Amino acid sequence: MAGLSRTALATIVLLGLLAVLPPIFVWTGNAFYVDLATRLVILGIAATSLNLILGYGGLISFGHAAFLGIGAYGVGIPAYHAIFGGFPAVASFNGFFQVLLSTGVAALFALITGAICLRTKGVYFIMITMAFAQMVYYFFVSLSTYGADDGLVINMRSEVPLIDLNAPLQLYYLCFASLVAAMLIVRTIVNSRFGMVLQGAKGNPERMVSMGYNIFRYRLTAYVISGAMAGYAGALLGNFTTFISPDMMDWTRSGELMFMVILGGAATTLGPVMGATLFIVLEEVLQIVLDWLEPVAEPAYTALTGRDLQLEVYWHLPFGIVLILVVLFVRGGLMGLIRGRRD
Amino acid sequence: MPGAILKVEGLNKSFGGIKATDDVNLSVEENELHAIIGPNGAGKTTLIAQLSGQQMPDAGRVIFRGRDITRAAAHRRARLGIARSFQITSLVMDMSVLDNVALAVQARHGHSFRFLRPARKVAPIRDAAMAYLAEVGLEDRAERPTVALSHGEHRLMEIAIALAAEAPLLLLDEPMAGLGAEESARMVALLKGLKGSRTILLIEHDMDAVFALADRISVLVYGHVVATGDPVSIRGNDAVRHAYLGEE
Repeated sequence: MAGLSRTALATIVLLGLLAVLPPIFVWTGNAFYVDLATRLVILGIAATSLNLILGYGGLISFGHAAFLGIGAYGVGIPAYHAIFGGFPAVASFNGFFQVLLSTGVAALFALITGAICLRTKGVYFIMITMAFAQMVYYFFVSLSTYGADDGLVINMRSEVPLIDLNAPLQLYYLCFASLVAAMLIVRTIVNSRFGMVLQGAKGNPERMVSMGYNIFRYRLTAYVISGAMAGYAGALLGNFTTFISPDMMDWTRSGELMFMVILGGAATTLGPVMGATLFIVLEEVLQIVLDWLEPVAEPAYTALTGRDLQLEVYWHLPFGIVLILVVLFVRGGLMGLIRGRRD
Repeated sequence: MPGAILKVEGLNKSFGGIKATDDVNLSVEENELHAIIGPNGAGKTTLIAQLSGQQMPDAGRVIFRGRDITRAAAHRRARLGIARSFQITSLVMDMSVLDNVALAVQARHGHSFRFLRPARKVAPIRDAAMAYLAEVGLEDRAERPTVALSHGEHRLMEIAIALAAEAPLLLLDEPMAGLGAEESARMVALLKGLKGSRTILLIEHDMDAVFALADRISVLVYGHVVATGDPVSIRGNDAVRHAYLGEE
């Protein structure tokens, strides 16, 4: 494969697999894996959006799940009112309206909170982005109309022309196309003059300021773009799960998105998608492996405690160990591994 | 003074009880190379930080081309035409050498809220950046990652970035810092080439370099300007000798 870098090859392989596998899952009677792939792709979009500010901007935002949640409620709330009445201003099944609401509110939230958060640096930035996300979390917990912490069932998916989102494969391909678009958008932005300023401000903010850049404005713009994209991913997530709850915005969810970016390789186009893939695959594989191990460990456990063993619920433990190993020993995440050593 | 591009009037700055800048008056003329010298801890870096906007003075005024910029933010001053280099090399290490200089060129090509065209394909910016690299003799290093260059080359990059701003005033903060004899000579030759066509305020430790380059020299001691004049008069100045040589 002369002339094709390993990164390009990895991109083709991963996106190629994501493009062709889901119909094969359906034909072979493994429809469950289509769900898995859909979740993977949606989380890939969210991680890609986070990568713009975290990877390229060096802004360690610990509240990205809030945008995802806002986007999901941007689908759920209009659908709820369209079914049960009230709040006619938003009541609608129209997919375009819902996506506009999701991305619009997410962008507005990013603009307002970003304008405050970006005045801080380092640990303070991490804490304040997390604090704002928790505010949104508790806001939705307090909204009993929309189910509070029990969540909200979306009885009707978004209506969009030509595509039936109730058909799993159609929904999947909408998400997949959105992922490819998100990757291209972020790639275009980071290579543009805007992106150079954003990356320069990550590497050396003082230098950028002395060159005459008002880096606050560039960072805020990136923050808003990133938030809007995550809001869009949230709209897809709402349509996919048809059940939304404040849990989607919990700080651990934000942490998972950060893991995906760092695990896959921050500041690379494919990295966040790689990270999301590894995340989903590990989650599944570890549960299967633990399920296999269960009969081995169960007799001893039962003898000791007198209870049945549910080993697969402990998949977080080996998962955490893998994360730690990757962070410790693989510089630049999975993409660093693929790219190999340079210089 | 008719040709003064930068005027500093009664500048004061204290940190706790220490007066880092003590009633500093200074003027920089159009196209002169004005050097500021002084022993360690004389407040040279604090002074340049107040001129470029990283720090705000407690009292006094900074006037640049007739405009009071005492309270202007650092990025505003850069836009108005003050470019600076840093005593401690300040570059974007994970970008290429050319990218670093291109960012400086890009900064004066209007705003950078341009999202579509790849920055590395904008020929006017890339070509101009390349020309500045050539001016400091780093054109063959253009595509290297900045982190891979030597300290001496980093110092030259600092100059290229300052030049790329095409600023009416260059603040050069110890460009010879940490350079070996050969590299220093190269830097002096470079600055000599710039002299006369640019207005430069040079802060420097290297006395030989300063006396070889400067049109005028101001001597800073304990935050105060004790003397200003041409190299010959500074060399003969008692206050200066006292400051540098201690008790007679």
